[in-house]
Order: sequence, then structure tokens, then C-alpha cells
Amino acid sequence: MNLLGNIKIALRALRANLLRSSLTVLGIVIGVAAVVALLSIGRGATASITSRVSSLGSNLVTVSAAFRFGPGGAGSSGSSLLYSDYQTIVSTVPNIAIIAPVYQSNETVSSSTRSASYAVMGVTPDYMEVRSYTLGEGRFLNAGDYVANSPVVVLGSQVAADIFDGLPPMGRTLKIGNTDFTVVGVFASSGTSTGTSSGDNVVLIPLSTGYAKVFGSRASENGKSTLSSILISASTADAVDSIISNVELTLRSNHSLGLTDTLPFSVSSQAQALATLSSITGTLTAFLGVIAGISLLVGGIGIMNIELVSVTERTREIGLRKAVGATQRVILTQFLIETMTLAVMGGALGIALGWAIAAVVTLLGLITAKVTIDVVLLAFFSAALIGLFFGIYPAYQASKLRPIVALRYE
Amino acid sequence: MIEVKDLTKFYQIGDMEVRALDGVSLKINDGEMVSIMGPSGSGKSTLMAILGCLDTPTSGMYWIDGEEVEKMNENQLANLRAHKIGFVFQQFNLLPRTDALENVMLPLVYDGMPSKERIERAKEALEIVGLADRMHHHPNQLSGGQQQRVAIARALVNQPSILLADEPTGNLDSKTGAEIIAIFQKLHRERHQTVVYVTHDAFTARHTERIIHLADGQVKSEEIVAQPLIAAVSAPRETDANKKETAMKQEAVV
Repeated sequence: MNLLGNIKIALRALRANLLRSSLTVLGIVIGVAAVVALLSIGRGATASITSRVSSLGSNLVTVSAAFRFGPGGAGSSGSSLLYSDYQTIVSTVPNIAIIAPVYQSNETVSSSTRSASYAVMGVTPDYMEVRSYTLGEGRFLNAGDYVANSPVVVLGSQVAADIFDGLPPMGRTLKIGNTDFTVVGVFASSGTSTGTSSGDNVVLIPLSTGYAKVFGSRASENGKSTLSSILISASTADAVDSIISNVELTLRSNHSLGLTDTLPFSVSSQAQALATLSSITGTLTAFLGVIAGISLLVGGIGIMNIELVSVTERTREIGLRKAVGATQRVILTQFLIETMTLAVMGGALGIALGWAIAAVVTLLGLITAKVTIDVVLLAFFSAALIGLFFGIYPAYQASKLRPIVALRYE
Repeated sequence: MIEVKDLTKFYQIGDMEVRALDGVSLKINDGEMVSIMGPSGSGKSTLMAILGCLDTPTSGMYWIDGEEVEKMNENQLANLRAHKIGFVFQQFNLLPRTDALENVMLPLVYDGMPSKERIERAKEALEIVGLADRMHHHPNQLSGGQQQRVAIARALVNQPSILLADEPTGNLDSKTGAEIIAIFQKLHRERHQTVVYVTHDAFTARHTERIIHLADGQVKSEEIVAQPLIAAVSAPRETDANKKETAMKQEAVV
């Protein structure tokens, strides 16, 4: 009995039981498709979150006033990040490539037709480089604006479109608080505009203009200008850790805090943020993986069900095949080939379907799903194993029986 | 030629030991046509299964063409079933959803015969049983008698030295049963085919040359039939109406 002959017997048996074969394939298809689609979506979500965080700029260290709750919280003496802290850091901490102080405040922004509340940020000309934004048109804030307290503003593409009802924004005037500002630049649309970290929803004005004309007394503490955060880009990745400790030391000395006192600021690197995020997305992927695993299990139970239901018929078929001269080995080979054919067909269709689902999700712009080879292999082999086991095991049992017993199997 | 000596087959059912065969010795010569007769529970089907190598005896000896069967391993037994024995079941045992030709070809597939030759041989076997025109019908499109004829063709296709049939007419009406017996007689007469069939019906048994009477797992007597009855050779073609009727009577196969 050669292999080709065996394949022919198996295919003939599959064709003779088309409905059963199709249902088994369907079970595998569902399981594999679920695993491929869900894990790909999970991977895609992880990748998009990670890349978004990375796009904030590598080597980035963020200094911000920590949130404080209860009486004596934010705003109480000594807790605010000061503009003078920024100046001390610039002059004392080495290995800084770019440093950008930020004061952020929610302000009413209005054009002649629209009015809405936006997070308005007072920044210095270095801000754009730290955040790696790209200009769509016009220019960014420059040193001249900063020195002259110019009433100029640079907008994210989404804000520009919303506030001016789609009219060309360049050169137009809008009000921030009670002050008129002229639009001098608009960022290019980043395309994936969700979350506040993209450049599409920002309203940026010179920090000096903000202090002078917009933020008012909220931005000062005991007569000193305050900041929401300071963004620092390290000259090399290796310098990140030393910058963090130096900045912390500087802040402690500026605010008269001992080494053991709780620092009311957070000084963190992108690497730390990434670590936190990847643990979150890891959980997300694991969660989706569990759902996918359940689908696979359900698919597997479907296969098992069909195989077990057909076991009576197949036991008698095996009895007959033995009665007319088939050896146990030939019968097992037949069932192995049958099951493998079903697993391969179901696996291939399932991968295609899962891929299609992932593609549709990507196309709808929900999440850029990433189909990776390990996910495909995992799905395929687990489904194939389930199919193989439930296909082969009853056949193995039946093939061991004496033909007369198998033929009389009820 | 087949010969068995002191064949026993015991089953354990709960605390009770059932002696289905209790020391059976018999001999069937080449070219003989023999029936094994007995009431239900006499052990005739058990004997048949052992003769067909579908079951193993508890003890005793068995030779086919001088070869000792009880010493054979699984593969040798499979080889024996493939080449020496043709078995016809009461329940027909055809593969469903598989046409008559493929059912008949089944034993040849395990023989590794080229497919062209297989088809030729299967067609010949179907012609012998008068079903050449139905070779692409599935079992559910055939009447009980036709299904049994397909089963006989399947048993014949490997040109076995012995054709065994376990109550081949048990699921058929008497007229259709006669057609089946007629086929056995024709095979015996024209091709000197050794035929052994089991029946509980004395009339059916009298169509053979020798009757072995079985009771309580033992051979009670042997009877030579001086003038075997001749079964109706050319039964009228079945009409669609009674085909349906017989189809309804038959049990589900395999």
C-alpha cells in the first residue's frame, strides 16, 4: 500500500462524507480565524501605542508637577514647578540636547463663529523639535515672538479646521481668553488623531506671551512664574539616567528638600513610560489571547463533537475495511491523512479569514492589526492538534478491535 | 480447503460463561457448497466470524489451505481476509455515500492493484451478480437484494478460495432471497467456487450439497443433500414499486 493510494482512499472517504468534512473544517476555521484576528489586533494595538509613545521623541525626560490631593495640594507653597527651576536645570545639568518648558492651561479659544475650550500651551521655540512635530504651513514660534511677547499662535490641524469651520487658517485672528492672536503656523495632520499626544489638537503660544497676557495670576506663585512640565531631550540615550538624577538633585536643592523628603515632582524617561505601557498592552494582548483561546476551544469542541457523533459509523466502516483486508496501519494512515487534510484546509481558510478580519479592522481605521507569523503558526498548530487528536483517537481505538466487534459496534 | 478442530469460543457475561462454540470440528473441501444450519444462539454466526478471520477462537485449531490460522499475526490475518476469504454479511455492510463500483473495488484498493485493473475486475464482479447497469448507484439507491448482490460482488472480486456468507438472505424477502441463493449456486456450478453459508431456514439450507447442523455450540449432525434444490435463476426484474418496498424493509448499513 503506497502513500498515494492512501491519500486517494482518504480523499474518497472525505468526499463521501462531505457534510461531516465541511463541519469539521468549519470548526477549525472558526478557531484559527479567531486566534489570528484577535491576537493580530492585540499586537497591532500594542505596536500603535508603543510607536505613539516612541514618537514623542526618544531620549525624552519629562519633569512635571506631581498630582497632589487633599488640603495643601497643588498650588500650595513649594509644590509648583517654577520657571526658575527650568533655568537652573539649563545651567547645571549636563548632556541636555534640547530643553523645553511648558505651561498648560485650559482656555476658551474663539474665532468669529466658534468657541471652545482647549488646552493652550505656552512653549519656547525648542518645543517643536522636542516633540518632533511637522509643520503643514507657515512657521513655528521663533525667538523674536518670545522676546517680543508676540500674540501669535500655532495650531494643530484638527483645531485649525474646527475653529475656522474649514476656512484657511493662516493669518486669521482668534481670541484666547480676551487677547487676539494671529495664526502663524499649522502642523501637518498626523493621520492617526486620537489621544492628546498627537499634534492635531494643540494650541501653542509663546510662553512669555502666555505669562503676560493669558495665564495671569494662575501661572505665578509668590510672584514666581510656574510651569506644568519641562521636556528634556538627552544628548544620548546613555545620558538619560544621569539627567534624571541630576534634575532630581537640582529640584531638591531649589525647593529646599532633603534627600529623604518626597519629591513633589515626577521626573521620568520615555523608557519608563514605555515599560508601563507595554505591561498594560501585554495585559490587553493576554486578554485577547484568552478570548481567542476560548474560541479555539469552542472550535475544538465542535470538531470533537462531529468526530464523536460519527464514531459509530466510522467504527463500523473500520470494521468493514478490516474485514476486506485492510491492516491496522493502513487504516490509521487513512485517518491520519483525512484529518490532516481537514486540518490543513481549515487552517488555511481560518488564517485567510482571520487575516481578512484583521484587514477589515485596519481598513476601518480602528486599529492597525498586525498579523505575525508566530500567531499564524500558533493558531494553525493548536487547531491542527485538536483536529488530529479527535480524528485519530477514535480511529485508533476502532482499528484495534477485532473486525466482527467493530462491525457490530452500536 | 478449510478445517477446524475442537474450536471453542467462550464469552464472559457478568458471572456467567457463555459457550458460543463448544468443541466444533469440521472440514470443507474445495469446490463444495455447504450450509451451516441451526436455531438462533446455536453459535453459527460465531463460527462464521471465526472462519472468516473476523474473530478469534478461545481455543482450537484452524487451517486454511494448510496454513495454521491461529498462529498468524494481525498483518497475516489481514492478508488472509484480503486474498483467501470473501465474506457476505446479513446486513450487507456497504459503505454509504459510495457507489457500487467503489464498494466492490474496496478489497482491491488494499491490494495495491493499479486503478485501471481494479475497475476492470470490479466491473466483472458486478456483471457476475447482474448489476453491471447499476455500478454508479449508491447503496441508498439500491434495493436490499441489489445491495446484497453488490456485497457478493465485493466478496468475489479478489477471487477468494472460499466464499462465506452469514445469513445472506436473512434481511430479504423470500423471492429476493432466492435470487441471492441462485447467484451462489451459479458461482458454485460455473466457477467451482467454494461456498459456505449460514441459515436458520431449512428450505434455504436444502439448496446446498451438505448441511451441517449446529446446536448449543456443537455439531449435532451432518446431512448430505442428495438432490439440492435449484433456486429460481432468472427472477423477474423488480419494478419500482416493490424496489421501494424492499428498500424500506432493509436496515441501515454500516
